[in-house]
Amino acid sequence: MSSVYDEFNDLPELLIEEVKELSKGLDSNERKKVLKRVREEFEKAKISPGEAIGVITAESFGEPGTQMILRVFHFAGVAEMSLNLGLARLIELFDARKKPSTPLTTIYLKHGYKTDLSKVKIIAALIKETRLKDIADEFSFNLTQFRIEVLLNKKEMRDLKITESQILTTLKDNFKDMDVKGDNGILKIKPKEKDSLSTLYKLKEKLKYVNIKGIKNVGQVTPVKRDNEYVIYCTTDDLKSVFEVEGVDITKTTANSPFVVAELLGIEAARQVLINEAVEVIKNQGLDIDIRHIMFLADVMTNKGIIKGITRTGITSEKESVLARASFETPIKHMVNASLVCEEDKLKSVIENVMLNQPIPLGTGLPGLVAKMKEDSVKRKK
Amino acid sequence: MIDVYLNQRFVGSVENLEQFIESVKDKRKSSKLPYDISIYYDKELNEIYLDSTRGRTVRMLIRAKEGKSLLTKEHVDKLINNEITWESLIKDGILEYVDAAEEENALVALNEEELTPDHTHVEISSIVILGILLSLIPYSNYGSSSRLIRGNKIQKQSLGLYSSNFHVRMDTDVSILHYPQRPMVKSFMHDVINYEKHPAGQNVVIAVMSYKGYNMEDSIVVNKGSIQRGFARSTFFRPYLAEERRYSGGLVDEISIPDKEVKGYKSEKDYRLLEDDGIIYTGAKVNEEDVIIGKTSPPRFLGELEEFSVAASTRRETSTTIKGGETGIVDTTIITENEEGNKIIQVKLRDNRIAEIGDKFASRHGQKGVIGMIVPHEDMPFTESGITPDIIFSPHGIPSRMTISHLLEMLAGKVGALKGTQIDSTTFDVYPEEKLREELKSFGFRDNGTEVMYNGITGERYEVTIYIGDIYYLKLEHMVANKLHARAYGRVQLLTRQPVEGRGKGGGLRLGEMEKDCFVAHGASLLLKERFDSDKTILPISEKSGLVAIHDVRKGKYICPIYGENVEVNEIEMSYAFKLLLDELKALCLYPKLKLKSKY
Repeated sequence: MSSVYDEFNDLPELLIEEVKELSKGLDSNERKKVLKRVREEFEKAKISPGEAIGVITAESFGEPGTQMILRVFHFAGVAEMSLNLGLARLIELFDARKKPSTPLTTIYLKHGYKTDLSKVKIIAALIKETRLKDIADEFSFNLTQFRIEVLLNKKEMRDLKITESQILTTLKDNFKDMDVKGDNGILKIKPKEKDSLSTLYKLKEKLKYVNIKGIKNVGQVTPVKRDNEYVIYCTTDDLKSVFEVEGVDITKTTANSPFVVAELLGIEAARQVLINEAVEVIKNQGLDIDIRHIMFLADVMTNKGIIKGITRTGITSEKESVLARASFETPIKHMVNASLVCEEDKLKSVIENVMLNQPIPLGTGLPGLVAKMKEDSVKRKK
Repeated sequence: MIDVYLNQRFVGSVENLEQFIESVKDKRKSSKLPYDISIYYDKELNEIYLDSTRGRTVRMLIRAKEGKSLLTKEHVDKLINNEITWESLIKDGILEYVDAAEEENALVALNEEELTPDHTHVEISSIVILGILLSLIPYSNYGSSSRLIRGNKIQKQSLGLYSSNFHVRMDTDVSILHYPQRPMVKSFMHDVINYEKHPAGQNVVIAVMSYKGYNMEDSIVVNKGSIQRGFARSTFFRPYLAEERRYSGGLVDEISIPDKEVKGYKSEKDYRLLEDDGIIYTGAKVNEEDVIIGKTSPPRFLGELEEFSVAASTRRETSTTIKGGETGIVDTTIITENEEGNKIIQVKLRDNRIAEIGDKFASRHGQKGVIGMIVPHEDMPFTESGITPDIIFSPHGIPSRMTISHLLEMLAGKVGALKGTQIDSTTFDVYPEEKLREELKSFGFRDNGTEVMYNGITGERYEVTIYIGDIYYLKLEHMVANKLHARAYGRVQLLTRQPVEGRGKGGGLRLGEMEKDCFVAHGASLLLKERFDSDKTILPISEKSGLVAIHDVRKGKYICPIYGENVEVNEIEMSYAFKLLLDELKALCLYPKLKLKSKY
């Protein structure tokens, strides 16, 4: 049985698996015929040497890009969760901007959590950030004592399951040079050293945004039912803190920022994020770009182990040819820098040869002619 | 105290605001002040501005008081019976000219129904919200707004009788339509602006169907018979100008047939059409490059004069010639003087333009297209009554653009033609569609405007009935004759040695960056090289220094800029633009060294 497949081990495993699945009930001869056809088709689908895949990818992106609508905010089926899904998002991805304009983490949950709405809500509450101002009724100055008094909202605290002592400890951790006292629903914060009024005012503003509970800078947390399980969307790119929450399925949870993913899960995962995010944008615009173009772009961006954007400082700076780099942006800078180290341009790529009006080493310009010389003619030359 | 400014200049101040404004307006009414002076009070700055300068647009408004228009039916009746005049209405303070500044202090109601006690003025007619050109579009309340704006723009490009004294005018690049017609479907605005005295289109029979694919993508198929009967025939006028300039040192240009000694003398053949005064005769047929005004200029640099030579031989030939690709007949010649007292000669060229493939046409609804084919009359489809359409218009132009007004004009045009009257299609006050249908039926046609038609070539009946009607069509000023351009070789730029740009200079058609990418994507390496060969040069490269060597032809030697004579030199083919780049690098004090290697 397996011998039939051995002969075709040059084909990718996935294809073999598919043939195995579909060719049940065929005898080995017929199966061989099928595999031969599969190989034929596979060979046909391969890209021939000298194909200008870079330009084809660029054109395949560029042309539909002209039809894209700029600045689209899409509500991803969730109330008030806006996502930047237009051309701007695509540019953001391929320029490899560190911070996405609309960060989003999609949290999948472990077994035992993902179908139970009450447990999902607990996890959501754990993630959602609670600041001091969210549970406080009033911030007031006590100028005679030179301190700030915070009136806590007990009902809110009960709902969020926060105790006064909890708040006190976090505040003490955050403000080491302050006297923090709790007095039955009123917090009294006094700077150890007496300072001007403006510092007290600044302290009040700082106090408002002290993180009491949850992950910092998480805006919205929205559990959504997807198929048969609950998924939590939250607007943050702090994937690390999300992973630390109990009940989160680390194997499936992702963020939409390739940098965060690269740091936590590795460059391969970041590549996949790039692909997924780009596909999402393109799908949303109602366009159709072959996924292999996107994969190629993601490969180019990640093959050095770090994410590099398609910009002057990114992959363009890695081009071997001085002329090619100079033709993109800031030509004089490149030329001068190249001359400082006596750089040599081997004229191996496309742009340089277009500039010199030489045949480009692509397509029909790539192959050279190899001829066997008669031995004596070779000798004579020597 | 309120400061008063007249034409942006401080003139004084007043105590009582209302009284002052009232008195200015009173004096304006009674012609003690100019009728178009404007008065505007700025609340925030507490200043009054009076303006009587030129170049302001003023518009006529009816004054209103206590929610009532001051212009009553009585006034209108009297106006019609010539009992009172327009001027007397202004004098009575019923009408007022208001400019943009004064409008800031006014509250204008669109019509009398909307009047409240707060309003100070009423529009004369609510149609003014559309403007002149927009209200010329028939059935425009049935069209989509974006198309109406396009129709608005297109009407400005239409050819017609733009001025009845066009014969003596020297307008640049204008056309006159030979047989302009009054539109069958017209609006109230056509009467207001006297459109029928200067029409700009023709009524044609138009069928909405496809014709062998020659009317796809907004092109139209035109009946050759219609063109032969005068449809869309126009005359194109282009004036050519020559000026007898004076230069310092008492030197002057001279308009005459240039002497053979003159620098840059063309050939006797080129000057054959000139009369003794150096100007071409009226009625002469001219082709491209023919001289129409002979002129010589003094030498560019005075130093040239000092040499021992005949004066004439140092003069330059600067005649006016016909632009490339143009032909025509000399229509008028004008000899006059300009502001500086120099003699100027203007020669107007006339060219008959018969509609051809590529000429642009449009209806008034933003439905523009170019002629895709001209079909002999006998091959055009015909109706039962033997009518052949003048134009066949593609049905694909309608659904996405939603120009219902276009379809309604066809219907109205058909009814109008059958009835023998013009149909009123004033926006929001149109001759209703139901009536059109009714009347069409009474003439023995289908009420939906469709007719049974037959294939003009085979005589077979078309399986579907075809929507056919009359519509006002405009020939637009974009004609292929003015745009056609091709080049094999020709002038190049001095700096880059690449072909020059532009049709007027016989320039090349650029194979741009994106087109280049296409060649790359196809892997057509050698074709790409060949396309970019326009500036190829062969340069001697010094082997040792890697720089471009100097070829001393007289000595038959090559000189390297660094190592001098006796260096090994190889001739290399490259684009001149790259040589320029090398030179620019040298200007940056960078040393671009070329290392040569045999490719094979």
